[in-house]
Parts: sequence; structure tokens; C-alpha cells
Amino acid sequence: MAVMSYADAAKLAIAEAMRADPTVWCVGEDLGRGGVFKQYTGLVEEFGPDRISDAPISEAAIMGAAFGAAMAGTRPIVEMRFADFALCATDELVNQIAKARFMFGGQSRAPMVIRKPMGMWRSSAAQHSQSLESWYVHIPGLVVCCPATPQDNYTMMKAAIACDDPVVYLEHKDIWLTEGEVDTARTGAFGKANIRREGEDVTLVSWSNTANLCVAAAEALAQEGIGAEVIDLVSLWPWDKAAVLESVRRTGRLVVAHESVAVAGFGAEVVATVAQNVMLKAPPVRLGSPRGLIAYAPNLEDQMRVTAEMIAAAAKKTMETEPA
Amino acid sequence: MTLSNFDQEKGLARLHLMERIRAFEEAARRAAVDEGLVLGAIHLSIGQEAVAAAVIEPLRRDDYILSTHRGHGHTLAKGADATAMMKELLGREGGCCGGKGGSMHIADFGVRMLGANGVVGANITIAAGAAHGIKLLGGDQIVVCFFGDGAANRGPFLEGVNWAGVFDLPILFVCEDNQYSASTLTSDMTSGDVAERARALGLRTTQADGNDVTGLAATAAEITARIRETGKPEFLHAKTYRLSGHTYFDPATYRPEGEADHMRETACPIMRLRTDLTRAGVTEGEMDALRQAAAEEMAAALDAARAAPWPADDSVFADVQDIGSPVEEAF
Repeated sequence: MAVMSYADAAKLAIAEAMRADPTVWCVGEDLGRGGVFKQYTGLVEEFGPDRISDAPISEAAIMGAAFGAAMAGTRPIVEMRFADFALCATDELVNQIAKARFMFGGQSRAPMVIRKPMGMWRSSAAQHSQSLESWYVHIPGLVVCCPATPQDNYTMMKAAIACDDPVVYLEHKDIWLTEGEVDTARTGAFGKANIRREGEDVTLVSWSNTANLCVAAAEALAQEGIGAEVIDLVSLWPWDKAAVLESVRRTGRLVVAHESVAVAGFGAEVVATVAQNVMLKAPPVRLGSPRGLIAYAPNLEDQMRVTAEMIAAAAKKTMETEPA
Repeated sequence: MTLSNFDQEKGLARLHLMERIRAFEEAARRAAVDEGLVLGAIHLSIGQEAVAAAVIEPLRRDDYILSTHRGHGHTLAKGADATAMMKELLGREGGCCGGKGGSMHIADFGVRMLGANGVVGANITIAAGAAHGIKLLGGDQIVVCFFGDGAANRGPFLEGVNWAGVFDLPILFVCEDNQYSASTLTSDMTSGDVAERARALGLRTTQADGNDVTGLAATAAEITARIRETGKPEFLHAKTYRLSGHTYFDPATYRPEGEADHMRETACPIMRLRTDLTRAGVTEGEMDALRQAAAEEMAAALDAARAAPWPADDSVFADVQDIGSPVEEAF
């Protein structure tokens, strides 16, 4: 098993897929120089500029052209540079890619991976920091994936490339360099959660980098004798309802935490689903960003963050409520 | 054009195709107005048939086209089955998209017609991408992308045409200029000249009379042969005129009084071709027989569509996605 960064894990998955299938190619701005986060470094040397293709700063054309190339028989990996910029290609993704197979009565497929680096990094302000994953979960036709670890970025990138549906693949910018063990023999499946830590007292549900914060919170809670189970959903559509329901049936307590705005975030879907199916011992807690905007100055930016401390505090709050 | 070099056989084939397109749309309009069978909006290309007939004529079956919300003519010209198309307009089982798309999303991948599009201009980047895919796969097909004059004012025009130029892609962009953006005169909303825009983006650009099917077919044959040889994109600006409203229920009262009538009498591409064929010695009877055959074909297509059942209820959840499919979980 090799130790590698979150960025390199996805790169390895892409390189292996490109060696195995000549129809897989990558397209996006600056890819010939490794991409804005160097997550493509070295690929152009192996695969050449046609398959690691530069692109004009034309997000709509990158998305639209990749879709056309997918309908013509290739399997594109689309780089959007920042999830925020992908909004320039919203028609192409939402009105075209997500709907084509259905509208055309099953005549077409869009086997595409759409990489959208997401989330708060450092002082990148309101147009380079957003977490908009819940938008895409709302669009039938799309698969939505938010890996949090190098292992999951490897296995899920491989799954995404193999998938015949369009996959919105949101990698978190703050963990590109985070290292971890990667077992290349492992395979991943959408809709299968990663149980990051087991526990019997409270269930913490999360995804993307906030799942890592949940693990830190669970470690802190363990010091206080509280067993927190951390469910990293990994993919949001489909999502592993069964794992969440099974866990909360045992623990009776739920905290859902995510970096995106709490209002109408995917956490609401998780809480609603649990509420429909399980009688909890304590009211569930939903943690997300305030419905404010992400600022440049660190003291302002930090007010939009969900922290490990906040997650641990929320878990403890659920422990305070005695069963009725 | 002289009588001696006029290819009667090709002329009659073009006339038949244009009559078929017109008969299809007239039948669809009757089905909508008289019987309420066409449920959603349909956008008729009556008066614009020469562009579809001429530009698609030199294409091979494995070449691709992409079309617009006004796409019946292009789809028929590429070889799609009229009955399956009519069923689609009526939302019936056996429609080319299973009744899920209707007129605005009509597609027949079997003849490499990669879809009409409900969003103006959206097909331009997708078409460039289809050509990109061909190039990556080492194919020798070409792509023709039809869009209207209004689409030239959307961002995908710049992004898609630039893309094709940057990557040297085998694609012909066809601006089928019917002069109206829905109810608005396009010239009132367009700064500069559309063909000049394409030229500025580095594309070889041709301007043509879009209602002269004979001349346009010769032009299209020359351009498409060049694209196949060079692999480089080109741009064709074909000026035509929309004889109907934006939709079949649009009376188009915003047009100057008498404009459409004048164009119908002087510029209709079917009428113009008939005039040429008459000069070349074709009889009225021969031409009327083609019109009659087209009308009968489309009446039969409508009959078949009328008799077809609705799609199976549970097909609504099919072909959304494999992973996380609503067949397994719609809510």
C-alpha cells in the first residue's frame, strides 16, 4: 500500500484509466502545465496534449464540447478549475448533460467526470470558496461525489471514470496535499458510505473535508468517553441511507455537518430522512455555514466555518437530552 | 443557370425532400390546430426547407448533425423516419425519443442526428465537441451544426466557434438566418455582422442565398468536401425567411403588413425550384405528383401516430441515470 496525497491519488486513478482506455481524456484550462492545483502534473508528458488537453477560458465550451465528444464516443474528464467557475457552464451541465439521455429516449449517454474543486481554502473570498454540492443533488441525471480521503479520491475517481452517467466530482481544495494510504486493489461504489470511525453514542454524518473534521471531533469526544460514529457519505447522489439509518437506530443521536450553507443544504435531506424513519433520543443537529458570504479577511472567513470543536459540542448537546 | 447543365434528377430529389419537410410540418400543424394532437409548442421551418435539403445533401450517413428547436427539416433530411418523428410530436410510444422529448428534443442517433435543442445556441459548443470527439478517435466524419440568427448573440457562439478554430475541428457551422429572433427582428438586436464575427474568429466564411436550393447545394458540397479534406472548421451564413410564426400558434402580427405574403410569393424555396425545374422541362404533373406523394406519406405518418398508444407509464423513470436511478428511488 502506498502513501500519497489526495491530489496524487486522483491523478493515479486517471493515469491508470487512461492507460486502460484510449477514449478517456482530460480537458480544461492550464492542464498542460499540471492544472491550477498541479493535480495533473506529469500527465501531459505521458499522454500528450491531445488527451491532456488545454482549453480556452471558456467554461461553457469546455463543458459543452466535452459533452459533444462524449456523445461521439469518448469519455471526457472535465476540469472546471474552481467549482465557482463551473457556474459559467450551468446550462451545459443542467439543461444538456443531465437531461440528454432522457430527452432523447435513451439514445445517448454522457459518460463524463466533471471535476469541480470546492470549498474554503485560504482567503479566497466569495467567488473561489463555495460548496455548492447540494445544487447538483437536486438535478436528476447527475451522480454527485465528494471524497474526503486519498483512498476515496482514488477509488471514487476510478468509479466515476467507469460510470456511464455524468458524475459531478467535487474535490476539496484544502486537502490536496493531505496524505494517506491508498490501496489500489480496493474498488468503490457510489451510494456506499465510508464508516470512518465506529461508535455507539452518537452518529456524525458528513462528507468532503468536513468528514475529516468529524473524525477529529470523534477523537476528542472519545477522550471524554463518548463514542461517536463517523459516517462519511462520500457520494451524495446516490447516498447511503441504509448506513445512516442503521447507525442512528443504534445511537439514537444525529449530527449532520457540512461546509456549505446550512439552509437547504444536503444536511436537511439527511435529517428529514432520518426523521421520517427513526425516533431519535434527542433532536438532531444540523451544522453548516451561516447563510452569509465567504470573506477574504481570516477573522471574517472563519465565521463561515464549521469546526471540529463545533461538531464535538453539537454531539455533546445531543447527549444532554434524556429520552422522554 | 442554363437549362443544359441543370441536373433534373437532383432537382427532383431536392424538390421531393423539401415537399416532404413541408408536408410533415403542415400535417403537424393541422394535428395541433384541428385536433389538439400535438400537445406542446412546435416551431415550423416552413420557408426554410432549402437550407436543410441543400446542406445535408453532401453528408454521409455517419456524419453528424445537431439542430435547433426548429429542427424537423434537418432531421428528415438526415434520414430520420417521419412516422417515428410524428409519433414523437404526439408524445406517443414509438416516437424517436419515446415520447419524452417532443418536437424540441427530436433526435435520431441512428442517422447521427444528435438532437434538436430547446436552448438557443446551446448546440454550438456540443457540436464542436462532437467534432473534437471525431478527431480524438481518428474518424473521417464531419459535423454540421445548424443554429439560427438569434443564437449568434449568445455566448456559446463565441465559445464554440473559437473552440473549433483552436482545435482545428471538422465542422460546418450553419447560421440559418430567418431574420427573426422569436418575435424580434434580429437586426435590431445584433451589432455588426454575424458572418464577420466568424471571420474574425479565423473561420473561412461563405454567405449564401438560403432559399436557392440548387445554388446552396453546390456551395455546401464544395464546403463539406473541403472540411473533410482539411479538417478545418468553416462557417456558412444562409439567409432565408420564416414564413410561419415563431411557434405554430404565433400569428406573427409583429411583422410588417404583407411581408410574409410577399416572401411567400417571391422567395419560397419550393416555388423557386419548381420554376427552375419547369424551365428545365419538368412538367407540372411530375412535380405535383411529388407533392402528392409527400402529403400522403405524412398523412399516413400522422395516422400511425394518432393510432399509437401513450408510452408506458413506468417509462418516465427509465433512462434518467443508471447509478441512483429513480427506478430504484424516485424520492
